[in-house]
Amino acid sequence: MRVNKPAQLTKLRKELVAAEKKHAKKIMVCCGPGCLANGAARIVEELHKVLKKKRIKGFKVEALKETGCHGFCQQGPMVVIEPKGTFYTHVKPKDVEKIVDMSIRKDETIKRLLYDDPSNGHKIERYHDIPFYARQQRIALRNLGQIDQYKIEEYIVVGGYKALAKALTKMRPEDIVAEVTTSGLRGRGGAGFAAGRKWSTCAKAEDTPHYVICNGDEGDPGAFMDRSIMEGDPHSVLEGMVIAAFAVGAHEGYIYVREEYPLAVENLKLAIQQATEYGFLGENILGSGFDFTLKVSRGGGAFVCGESSALMKSIAGEVGEPRAKYVRSVLKGYLDKPTVLNNVESYANVPVIIDKGGKWFAGIGTKKSTGTKAFSLVGKVRNTGLIEVPMGTTLREIIYEIGGGILDDRPFKAVQTGGPSGGCLPEDKLDLPVDFDTLTEAYSMMGSGGMIVMDDQTCVVDVAKYFLAFLVEESCGKCVPCREGLFQLHGLVQKICDGQGSEEDLEKMEKLSDVIMAASLCGLGKSGPNPFISTLRYFRDEYLVHIRDKKCPAKVCRELIRFDIIDEMCDGCMACLPACAFDAITGKKKKVHVIDQDKCTKCGACKVVCTRDAIEVL
Amino acid sequence: MSKLPEIFGRYPQTPQSLIAVLQDIQKEFNFLPCDALKQTAEYLSVPMSKVFSVSTFYNAFSLNPKGDRVIRVCMGTTCHIRGAGQILEQLETRLNIKSGETTPDLKFTVEVVNCVGACAMAPVVIVNEKYYGSVKVTATKKLLKGG
Ligand SMILES: Cc1cc2nc3c(=O)[nH]c(=O)nc-3n(C[C@H](O)[C@H](O)[C@H](O)COP(=O)(O)O)c2cc1C
Ligand code: SF4
Ligand code: SF4
Ligand code: SF4
Ligand code: FES
Ligand code: FES
Repeated sequence: MRVNKPAQLTKLRKELVAAEKKHAKKIMVCCGPGCLANGAARIVEELHKVLKKKRIKGFKVEALKETGCHGFCQQGPMVVIEPKGTFYTHVKPKDVEKIVDMSIRKDETIKRLLYDDPSNGHKIERYHDIPFYARQQRIALRNLGQIDQYKIEEYIVVGGYKALAKALTKMRPEDIVAEVTTSGLRGRGGAGFAAGRKWSTCAKAEDTPHYVICNGDEGDPGAFMDRSIMEGDPHSVLEGMVIAAFAVGAHEGYIYVREEYPLAVENLKLAIQQATEYGFLGENILGSGFDFTLKVSRGGGAFVCGESSALMKSIAGEVGEPRAKYVRSVLKGYLDKPTVLNNVESYANVPVIIDKGGKWFAGIGTKKSTGTKAFSLVGKVRNTGLIEVPMGTTLREIIYEIGGGILDDRPFKAVQTGGPSGGCLPEDKLDLPVDFDTLTEAYSMMGSGGMIVMDDQTCVVDVAKYFLAFLVEESCGKCVPCREGLFQLHGLVQKICDGQGSEEDLEKMEKLSDVIMAASLCGLGKSGPNPFISTLRYFRDEYLVHIRDKKCPAKVCRELIRFDIIDEMCDGCMACLPACAFDAITGKKKKVHVIDQDKCTKCGACKVVCTRDAIEVL
Repeated sequence: MSKLPEIFGRYPQTPQSLIAVLQDIQKEFNFLPCDALKQTAEYLSVPMSKVFSVSTFYNAFSLNPKGDRVIRVCMGTTCHIRGAGQILEQLETRLNIKSGETTPDLKFTVEVVNCVGACAMAPVVIVNEKYYGSVKVTATKKLLKGG
């Protein structure tokens, strides 16, 4: 059906809400990336089967919803039963029948499937009460886990496209730009550029046509906020983009999605089709006379294509090499025309800003970083997952209160933020508020929102080497300082990891970093040395131990460690023998086993299988 | 090659469609056959040199055939610190190939990806389309056998 007037949308929403209210209970199955990896699709299948077989009175199959990522991925697959918010974790297909019998047909909770509070062993029934959720404030992630990711009607029920209707009929383009400027919204893709300023420049640009592009490349390894939004709440991105298009006078737009996210491509395409049918996209949107069409463009697996000028080339079917920014892409962007390019999360915030007002948004967060920020909290932290907090929340609150502290109660070592452009922050920076400027001042970066927690078993030198290797691989090779400089820098870090480094190398590397940062063309090279610089700044000791003592304190760097079997502990169970892919272990049944150091690659597989703790790392 | 006209038909006949067409060809054949590249160049009126530079620039494209089972090991940051490198190394040794290569019998290809957005389950390995989370370094034999 097509919605031709805002009043019609209001009426439709009322009907949909009324229909929704008829469901006494709803089953929400998380079908986000993490839960799917853990078998959520089979839970859905099983639910369909059981519900069909049992035909529960008053329960319609529409009340079974496949939602986007609910955030607490590591507890998945998860099933939430509304309206109470009963939260079942680690659900298996064989639990489904019981869930239907106990919690849908009757009103009973299955204790076994509830979340265990690790701090006191208590079971928590409702997800709102779990510390992981209780401390969050969700704007960009507002609908994830709450609505069926495949249905536009669900988005309308929660107020979707209301902001679009308001923007198109009650506001002039310049009012929208003003509202976004008032909100203080800064780009969530990393650089934190004010969205309002970008929009206003583009709106005023004389050259035509104008374009609106969404950056869904999400190249930062360790980040998956944008993936989750594109998959689980695609309409919020579309709505934000149409509002942007109206504000800057664009009639065509693209969403660029990285190729590693096939489900995001699928869900966005479906959402575009639905939105077009309803008249929220395409010609004469909501009867306002405004036209805007949107296409999905798939990336080709190149990190540098996340950079705005490279991305625009890639959409045009070319090799994605960045260009020098004498003229900003907001004036000379896609096909050399004025272009607004924003990140997925940035757009997802826009409908809320229009709906509730820029002032409301500016009241959240800090003065210069308004609103909230989504993070993927991962690594060696107890509660990993997708979270959203007001700007200005401290790292400690995020890692310890929401994240539940360090995995296995090991000591905290560092938190990596900002991906390959960012850095590692040590313990004494944990009380820093997380916002664009504070993190940059601390020699890291907020970046797109990957937050990787590291414990004492992570080697920061190895982490620096990891990022440099990543960037060497991903540099487009156009400029020498980036192409050659990062390569040399990586070689020198490798040398240190191999126990061959010297203190002069460190000096050399610092100088080299300065040159790379000063002379590279795009952000990849300009910020490429950051992970090295920040680790050196905060963990110089660890570099020195590698250099002077030829030791890796975290026992990660291969050349500096060895695996050995402790004779007294080994009972000759032979479990480690087949686990070693390199034939490095020999031994007979009930006899002490031996590792041939020449063959051992230090992969650690033997240590994983040995139940007697007989294998030590020296 | 009989599939080509249909793939071409999905996109406007302009140079801008190049990447999208190549993506669909890659998906259809699991690599970019030389013949298909030539026909693409002709159809979209782009020089062959550009078709080659695009197909070598993007990681998504491969000019060599891939194996029946494509095993992709995530080497994103989270997977890295949770031991993905060791898993990769085991796979490489067991199959006697390096990442990016295919076994001579065309059964297996091993590749590296940089984060597939399932970091909460790190380390992640994807076999064809199926995701495996929290993979242990000792699980490689099982992965090769089929899960
Ligand atoms: C090498 C490189 C990679 C980038 N990758 C991304 C990305 O994956 N996603 C993203 O939104 N921005 C990325 N950016 C930043 C974009 O160039 C751009 O600033 C951003 O998408 C603008 O949107 P925003 O203002 O809403 O943040 C990258 C920048 C560089 C230099
Ligand atoms: S800095 Fe690196 S990635 Fe950026 S344009 Fe130069 S070579 Fe390419
Ligand atoms: S560390 Fe790896 S290579 Fe070395 S003995 Fe153990 S399993 Fe074999
Ligand atoms: S698994 Fe452990 S106990 Fe068993 S043979 Fe190997 S080292 Fe000895
Ligand atoms: S994917 Fe299910 S909670 Fe994240
Ligand atoms: S780092 Fe491997 S899935 Fe993100």
